[in-house]
Amino acid sequence: MKKIVLILLLLVSIPAFAQVDLDKVKAGEKHEITQSDYDNKSVDMADRMRENGKIYVVVGVILIIFLGITFYAVRIDRKLSKIEGEVFGEKVNS
Amino acid sequence: MKKVWWKVLAVLLVTYTIISGLLLDVPRLAILNETIRNLHFHVPMWFGMIIMLTGSVVYAIKYLRTGKIDFDMKSVELAKAGILFCVLGLLTGMLWAKFTWSEWWSGDPKQNAAAICLLIYLAYLVLRNSLQDEQQRARISSVYSIFAYAAMIPLLFILPRMAESSLHPGNGGNPALNFFDSDDQLKMVLYPAVIGWTLMGVWLAELRVRYKRIEKTLEEN
Repeated sequence: MKKIVLILLLLVSIPAFAQVDLDKVKAGEKHEITQSDYDNKSVDMADRMRENGKIYVVVGVILIIFLGITFYAVRIDRKLSKIEGEVFGEKVNS
Repeated sequence: MKKVWWKVLAVLLVTYTIISGLLLDVPRLAILNETIRNLHFHVPMWFGMIIMLTGSVVYAIKYLRTGKIDFDMKSVELAKAGILFCVLGLLTGMLWAKFTWSEWWSGDPKQNAAAICLLIYLAYLVLRNSLQDEQQRARISSVYSIFAYAAMIPLLFILPRMAESSLHPGNGGNPALNFFDSDDQLKMVLYPAVIGWTLMGVWLAELRVRYKRIEKTLEEN
């Protein structure tokens, strides 16, 4: 419980980094994405994260978590199949 | 595990989404910056919710036509998975809004409508739990879920678009996904993400349906 509160506090305490320019985001205005948006170096992106900021580690961590949860779901699925076989007398191929 | 292929597909698609969603080049847009990648994670929650709630209402109608309780089970479990995705969509949207619209909750038409939608569906669960008799519960809640679905469509797709101004893309007299819509490179991740996450949600619903079936059979014997 303490940990959850701590995480929540951390989340809340992150300052708003965004430069808010709400006038630019006018409703109904369609912004066409062009190649220049991909090459626009004036906008800050996590470029250094990609070069030496070890972003792959983050990708790896998220993948491990996702695949771990998936593994758990597969186990539940198998257990259900087994008990379905017992309850309904079906032949289950797992 | 019966018919395992779609579960494998779900895991593969979400795995692809995580890798390419975080690593591929994205348009460099002011204010959005790297948060544009949320498109691949926040938006699929809503697509998934809509698809699962559509499934839910289809099974509700099937139940009303046939009276088979199995359809009602599928209907309610799809609705529950849809509600889970709705909550996740609201929370991720709030976090995203904090750093791009500067407030967790700015009372944007889309935010408000999504919250009302969540309340309508939570009332569906309350209604179900308040009824004892199985057939009565199934019938009343099926009818209510048709109403809930019919209320959700204008709330999410029509009213936000009629609003004078909305920060949310795809609103304010503007159909579709606004600027996200025009970019093929983003779609290459977004569409697989939508399919992958929806299948994950259906998998969760399927697990619960099977659990309920076993429970019901054991109760009857």
